[in-house]
Amino acid sequence: MALRIPERIYAQIAAHLEAAFPNEGAGLLLGDDARDHRNVHCVLTFENRFSPDEQYHRYLLTSEDIMAGEDAAEKHSLDVIGVFHSHPDNPARPSEYDREHALPWYSYLIVSVHDKAAGNACSWLLADDRTRFNEERVYILDGH
Amino acid sequence: MATIRIPTPLRTYTSGEAEITVSGDTVGAALQDLTRQHGQLHQHLYSEKGELRAFVNVFLDGDDVRHLNGDDTPLQSDSRLRIVPSVAGGFSDRGSARRTLERRMC
Repeated sequence: MALRIPERIYAQIAAHLEAAFPNEGAGLLLGDDARDHRNVHCVLTFENRFSPDEQYHRYLLTSEDIMAGEDAAEKHSLDVIGVFHSHPDNPARPSEYDREHALPWYSYLIVSVHDKAAGNACSWLLADDRTRFNEERVYILDGH
Repeated sequence: MATIRIPTPLRTYTSGEAEITVSGDTVGAALQDLTRQHGQLHQHLYSEKGELRAFVNVFLDGDDVRHLNGDDTPLQSDSRLRIVPSVAGGFSDRGSARRTLERRMC
């Protein structure tokens, strides 16, 4: 599986996560799901709903946020194909907490943000048995 | 019979079906019938303790059933349930928050 993100869309993701620094930021990836890859068409950004004193290492999107994302996706004949969030001053690898709270099928795009600048980005899929994440390739599509 | 709308990430376990017709006269019975029909859903909806996972939310005609009577909320034959996840995460593992905070303060 691979996640394909147009450059201009990735710029929106990076800008949102850099603005959230030093806290975690998050949003939804809307797009289409093909057999061996997913295309991100647009993103929805949300406020981090976790309690403010924990936002430096936690994020939360509420069911109301997800419902809004699902309704917006359906309106444009798209799906919510995943979630993006930042790991401020930490690697773009999922934590145990990420795994415990993950849903199957979603692409989990994690962006490492250092000194308010987005860095490495990796995407992960939860295994069916929930025991681990598997990494998927990320392609940032130049000029799109 | 009532219906349950399945969120996209869980449709893998319902053969792609977005809406499932279920039997049962309460929310709990309807969810039980859902996981009876589609067994693989169970581990994603319920914890090892058999409780609905914290990020799984069930709405009845737009109201979160946690704010109604939970599993005991009665259903009508035309009730429409919707499973909507909330999504959480973060870089530190459980229990490491304090260590991380101390490191950040140094």
